[in-house]
Amino acid sequence: MHQDWINALLGGVIIGVAVSLMLLMNGRVTGISGIINGALAKVKGDTQWRVFFIGGLFLGGLALHFINPAFFTNELKTETWTTVLAGLFVGFGTILGSGCTSGHGVCGISRMSSRSIVSTVVFIVAGVLAVALFRKMGVLV
Amino acid sequence: MKNSLASLFVGFLFALGLGLSGMTQPQKVVGFLDVFGNWDPSLMFVMIGAISVHFVLYKVIRRRKSPLFSIDWQVPSKKEITPALVLGAFIFGIGWGLGGYCPGPAITSLASFESRPLIFVISMLIGMLLFNLMDKKLKIKR
Repeated sequence: MHQDWINALLGGVIIGVAVSLMLLMNGRVTGISGIINGALAKVKGDTQWRVFFIGGLFLGGLALHFINPAFFTNELKTETWTTVLAGLFVGFGTILGSGCTSGHGVCGISRMSSRSIVSTVVFIVAGVLAVALFRKMGVLV
Repeated sequence: MKNSLASLFVGFLFALGLGLSGMTQPQKVVGFLDVFGNWDPSLMFVMIGAISVHFVLYKVIRRRKSPLFSIDWQVPSKKEITPALVLGAFIFGIGWGLGGYCPGPAITSLASFESRPLIFVISMLIGMLLFNLMDKKLKIKR
């Protein structure tokens, strides 16, 4: 098997273990968009664990950066406005759609939630269409 | 505090998984979605790995009466497929394809101290706040 595939599989296994630990310890789904949006709401007693989770993501990023900055290789040559638009869409869409790749794609599918299966199919199809379209327009190079 | 420390650890581990899998490299995400072009299927294995592990562990863990550090389970139980669910996923997918980041990898990539993930994350937070503002008025059924 291709080395990239093996790394992807191992990374996926680590993610599967991580979300299982969240369930075992805190009884919660690891839905990252929801965790971030909940932190923005600043509800008393429901903020600290969210901030700590986001901090953990960042600290994990620091560890990766320290081990090998190539974990953050970016070969996309895009203009800044596309990054802004992408961020706005991801932020707005994930909250309107109650979740993202982690909450729907990993946690929801694992417990066979019909909502999560629909969401994951739709966001992958939308992503495929978007990439095809933006490639054609010359926005994604 | 136990809940928070558990979350910190889970976030850390999750980020390592994202990095190893390639999810923090936007060209890989775009390559995975580039089915009609130069398709790179590697990220499919992230989902296969994560779902197979959690599919089994979810059932095992839910046999317990309660989680370790919380009184009760807080797992979503909604079943209805709403227009908001579908439209939201569609909008998210477009952004994911255009930027090559979903929320987790974007936050993790802030640690690269490059400007692109920072611009993405700030825009993402604005997108969330815009939705929340709109939702205050419209009370959308999600």
